[in-house]
Amino acid sequence: MKKTNTKKASFKTGHSSMTKRSLRKWAWLFIGPVFASFIIGFIWPFAQGIYLSFCGKFNVISNARIQGFENYVKAFSDDTFLHAFGFTALFAVVSVVLINLLAFAIAYALTQGIKGSNLFRTVFFMPNLIGGIVLGYLWSMIFDGLLDLWTSQNLVDNATYGFWGLIILLLWQQIGYMMIIYIAGLQAVPDDMLEAAKIDGATKSQTLFRVIIPNVMPSITICTFLTLTNSFKLYDQNLALTGGKPARLTEMLALNISNGYSNMATRGMAQAKAVIFFIFVAALGIAQLAATRKREVQQ
Amino acid sequence: MGKQTSLKQEKARKTVMSVVLAIICVIYILPIVTIIINTFKDAGAVKSNLFALPNSETFVGFKNYVTGMTAGSFPFWKAVLFNVIITVLSAFLILLFCSMAAWYVARVNSVFCKIFYYLCVFSMVVPFQMVQFTLSKTADSLSLNTPWTIPVVYLGFGAGLAIFMFVGFAKSIPIEIEEAASIDGCGPLRTYFLVVFPMLKPTLISVGILEIMWVWNDYLLPSLVLDLAKYRNIPMHIQLTTTGSYGQMDLGSMMAMIFLSIIPIIIFYLLCQKYIIKGVAAGAVKG
Repeated sequence: MKKTNTKKASFKTGHSSMTKRSLRKWAWLFIGPVFASFIIGFIWPFAQGIYLSFCGKFNVISNARIQGFENYVKAFSDDTFLHAFGFTALFAVVSVVLINLLAFAIAYALTQGIKGSNLFRTVFFMPNLIGGIVLGYLWSMIFDGLLDLWTSQNLVDNATYGFWGLIILLLWQQIGYMMIIYIAGLQAVPDDMLEAAKIDGATKSQTLFRVIIPNVMPSITICTFLTLTNSFKLYDQNLALTGGKPARLTEMLALNISNGYSNMATRGMAQAKAVIFFIFVAALGIAQLAATRKREVQQ
Repeated sequence: MGKQTSLKQEKARKTVMSVVLAIICVIYILPIVTIIINTFKDAGAVKSNLFALPNSETFVGFKNYVTGMTAGSFPFWKAVLFNVIITVLSAFLILLFCSMAAWYVARVNSVFCKIFYYLCVFSMVVPFQMVQFTLSKTADSLSLNTPWTIPVVYLGFGAGLAIFMFVGFAKSIPIEIEEAASIDGCGPLRTYFLVVFPMLKPTLISVGILEIMWVWNDYLLPSLVLDLAKYRNIPMHIQLTTTGSYGQMDLGSMMAMIFLSIIPIIIFYLLCQKYIIKGVAAGAVKG
């Protein structure tokens, strides 16, 4: 905060205001390209999306007509949407807890100076770079092969298998990413604090819960935020692993909405669902950040 | 005496941890190893037992790789080519223009700049489904539906994270250096490219890595925008061939194709591991 204040003050001195003025003449070049594509790629589609959520049946945007809140009423009475909501919420809770616990445990182990730490870190992070679609098909083959060993069912025949399949896939993909963030957090715990705890005779678990965890709260905030929003927005993995099968029972929110767009009859409703989805994700993210930020230690 | 036993205990504890982690490590790479093994088996053997090693009857050499690369009306290697084009162009546009815009925002700091900055931050929390339909229509009407023009859409949709990270870093660059450059007679353009841009290097690498990871693996946007008879990227191609709606492929070749699509990622990772891990940590701190 202090830094930005001094910088603002320095704008008032002669030379920098000169640079500022001459910089403004180049606005079209510096900010123009990004601003134009930001309008094309985000602002304009976002505004149209809000508008279309209030419109009746439409094929292209020009033939849409405002009809009020009908799409929202339909969205809330759509059973597949409500089911997708419940499924996604349960999925998010389970995956957030498991990913963070495991990622923290691995990060903690990897910062104890054991042999092979670098190799382990390399391996654990790798799956994160593989895209959702490829991951989904890779795991659907593995799961079907595994299930073959004791049942005749495939992954797409059973919603429970589908749920746990998605959880395992997401664990495999995201533990490494969160592990990196936790390692950075753990390495930033001040050494003198750990030393002081040791001298005071704190046990390992006391040090962990009273010194280390309060100090890595910022990492915990970020990681829960990322895993929570990632789980809610999950699309590619869902499409590729189960495609919502059986009978749309493993369909998550993003896939449910996305499927709605393909049919003209449900397009307006899908857009209304997307608005609800957006508001929900934004509110959830803000609430989560506010809740965990409170527990961070001031340094 | 007491100290010695606790040292011994500590050593034993570390060994146990190493062993546990090594076991998890092996479990971690098993899925990929399974895929690799199956790329050398014929389709029947893949289906009957996924976890069996190839034997003299089921071993097919590199036949699956050849089929996986070339089969179908739209061969896989073309998808790889388009993937490279889209990713390289998008990353280039994002790095160049977003860093320029971020410097402008950090230095000019007008009301317009502030609004633009907060809109960028806002765009990061919006789920793609919100703009899915409208963005694909907009992209179509502006002919942003080829591998050479779709990077413009990526520039717009990826601006949020990039601007956010660049502004954070640009604000920490001491303004005195730029003042010195301007006293020496540099205009804004020369100041930017000769003085500021080189200093942004660590953030350029972090943002570049994050955007490359995103664009390379992105499925939904290209699948909505690109004409799939003419252009596909890797995720689109995998999705289309596995669902079988555009020509079925046998399981062995499928395995080879999946593995082939992972290889470039693994090579990229092993080459730039240090930067990738730094980039992820930096992105998280800012995010």
